[in-house]
Amino acid sequence: MIPEIGSLALAFGLGLALVQFIIPLVGILTHRWRLALIARPAAIGQFFFVALSFICLAYSFYSNDFSIAYVASHSNRSLPVAYRLGATWGGHEGSLLLWVFLLSSWTLAVALLSRSLPALTRVRVLAVLGAVSVGFLIFIIFTSNPFARLLPVYPIDGSDLNPLLQDPGMVFHPPLLYMGYVGFSVAFAFAIAALLEGRIDTLWARWVRPWTQAAWMFLTLGIAAGSWWAYYELGWGGWWFWDPVENASFMPWLIGTALLHSLAATEKRGVFKAWTTLLAIAAFSFSLLGTFLVRSGVLTSVHSFASDPVRGTYILVFLGVVVGASLILFAIRGSKVAVTSWYNLLSRELLFLINNLILVVVTVMILLGTLQPIIAELLGMGKVSVGPPYFNMVFNILMTPLVFLIGLGPIVNWRQYSFDDLIKRTRVSALVSLMAAGSMVVIESQKALTDLLQIFIGIFLIVWVVLLNITDWWKRGSKKSSNSLVGMTKVSPSFLGMYFAHIGLAIVVIGVVLSSHLSVEKNVRLGIGQSQSVSGYDFKFDKITNVTGPNYDALRGHFIVSKDGEQVAELHAEKRQYRASRQWMTEAGIDANLMRDLYVALGEQIENSNDWAVRIYVKPFITCLWLGGILMGIGGLLAMSDKRYRSRVKKKFGVEENQVIGVA
Amino acid sequence: MKPLRKRRLIFVISIVVGLGAAIGLGLYAMQQNINLFYSPQEVATGKAPVGPLIRLGGLVVAGSVKRDAESLQVSFDLTDNAEKVTVSYNGILPDLFREGQGIVTMGKLQEDGQFVAEEVLAKHDENYMSPEVAEAIKKAEAEAKARKPKE
Repeated sequence: MIPEIGSLALAFGLGLALVQFIIPLVGILTHRWRLALIARPAAIGQFFFVALSFICLAYSFYSNDFSIAYVASHSNRSLPVAYRLGATWGGHEGSLLLWVFLLSSWTLAVALLSRSLPALTRVRVLAVLGAVSVGFLIFIIFTSNPFARLLPVYPIDGSDLNPLLQDPGMVFHPPLLYMGYVGFSVAFAFAIAALLEGRIDTLWARWVRPWTQAAWMFLTLGIAAGSWWAYYELGWGGWWFWDPVENASFMPWLIGTALLHSLAATEKRGVFKAWTTLLAIAAFSFSLLGTFLVRSGVLTSVHSFASDPVRGTYILVFLGVVVGASLILFAIRGSKVAVTSWYNLLSRELLFLINNLILVVVTVMILLGTLQPIIAELLGMGKVSVGPPYFNMVFNILMTPLVFLIGLGPIVNWRQYSFDDLIKRTRVSALVSLMAAGSMVVIESQKALTDLLQIFIGIFLIVWVVLLNITDWWKRGSKKSSNSLVGMTKVSPSFLGMYFAHIGLAIVVIGVVLSSHLSVEKNVRLGIGQSQSVSGYDFKFDKITNVTGPNYDALRGHFIVSKDGEQVAELHAEKRQYRASRQWMTEAGIDANLMRDLYVALGEQIENSNDWAVRIYVKPFITCLWLGGILMGIGGLLAMSDKRYRSRVKKKFGVEENQVIGVA
Repeated sequence: MKPLRKRRLIFVISIVVGLGAAIGLGLYAMQQNINLFYSPQEVATGKAPVGPLIRLGGLVVAGSVKRDAESLQVSFDLTDNAEKVTVSYNGILPDLFREGQGIVTMGKLQEDGQFVAEEVLAKHDENYMSPEVAEAIKKAEAEAKARKPKE
């Protein structure tokens, strides 16, 4: 009964999405406003039915309904309840349902929170969101129905969720990531609505900004969560692999970051209008491309689900329609919204322009590297893969100037700034940064020259960004209150968000630079009772015990870590075998603090001996990666909480007054 | 209008130069870091280059896995059911490394025909076989079939 309700709810959802998409546009074209206003109730109804369908699927997992093919292949009676919930989006069908459920949630939020919008703009935005929903609902219903039954013969017990996914990470990572992916659909819908209307003003940018910041925040947290998960769950201590699917989530993030900045320029100064529209279209297109790459199986990746050519073709066609239609619309209407506005060579506008260019070029480079295996295959160049060195090289070289600019962005004024003032404001920070970088190089002087160069640049940039952002924050705070520290808390949320995000990024860079250059990784063969010393820490393989988990049996290696004779940690590294699937999994033992992670993972037991292959890593400052990611997320949250996004806008357009505020 | 035009010219030139440099960098990095895939048959018949980093994939031959008594050194044979290549590796094998399993390794081919792997990849799904390995095996089988009638 439940699965039938779920299927039916999906069909109703599709019906309402069609209503939400088509009728308002017809209404606008024929000037029948009553018809146009149907968009809002249709959006609310669509959310209701899609949510109902999602709850039905989650309940089927909860109640172990193995007559549903999708449940039977992704769950098991002995699976703990939390993972059964996670299993709802543990495969192709369910993750698409999650996608469309989140899309309808964003749509609902737009429908409820956009009262300050002119009615027609709201209708257009909802209609575009409805169109996207239609595309995905058709895809689910006709190619990937999660409620398909295995009747009349169905298994008594399911075949189990992939052990890799049986982790708290599975419960958080995909929803966060998808919230980000799907969230860019709102900025996209606003861009299309503006192009249809043929007008983009600073008010438009003010509407779009909080939505974009929200999507960006979720995507940032989602990527950070995914990287953390990979670090402790894959069992070999890596946190970023330039895997196609990681790239698929990173490209919308890069474009989304560019969009955040260009939206700021559009709101404050009325510049880059056409470009901002294009970025909004691109951010969502990259989200769709990501979905295509993950779902179609055209690229080999750790995330690949079983591939199905029909599904891949559908998403490719859908992607083509969305991107093609948007670009055609942009080509026709884009020139209408473009304006030339005056700004000097040295100005915040120019820095934002460079920021945008770098982010777009980096994205294109990552796209090329990701698609190269497909391109090479089509050109008959054989089967190739592009290794991480390509991405690291391109990314590091291009991002270095961008991170340098993060130090300058907050200082340089809109319109123009004097070069002498810039020197005055930055020379102390530059000197301190140079000294910090220099002393780090002296400490690590035994390293190779290329390492030293990277350490030098990395440390310089970290100190540079943190110092300049904090001093700027301090300066802004001292204007708010006689006590600068108190004043710093009174700075507007927009600026607070910016400082958090910029400093968060610098902290991520600390994690990247220090963990990749100072980590010590040893793969060793150890017998019970033996010890291995790694960068000052003594790892003793104490014993192996048997552990019985809820749905797995494990061997647990106990490692006692001591430094200078004193015990600092006891690590438990496990080798688990899941009962249902008989698959083996490695569970690393990690002791983390801000300064360093101690990491132990069991490899295999070596045949005909009591020895084990063991990975022992000491990774300094790797926690900074996730700490910085969280700070960036908080930055996004602060920025979107700014009151001015919520102040009800006067019915007549307040364009002029906004431009005056521009010199913030 | 002249200063505006001049500024635009500077913009356009710097964008073109910047993009050109970025594309050059990308192409250079790409050339250095593309890894071609070879099957055991291609390695055995001398089609794979000696020296550069390449990928080699196939099925692990049953009974071929040999462990060193002291270290983590291990060697095993990979096959596409046509030819065999011996792979040596110093490190920890992935959880799903098993005899008969399809795997992909990344490493360098030596003069003596041995393959020294720097990385061994096996997917975290027992039913999954890398499409490259699957295709290599299919190709080897098809060629074997095509050869038979002539004999």
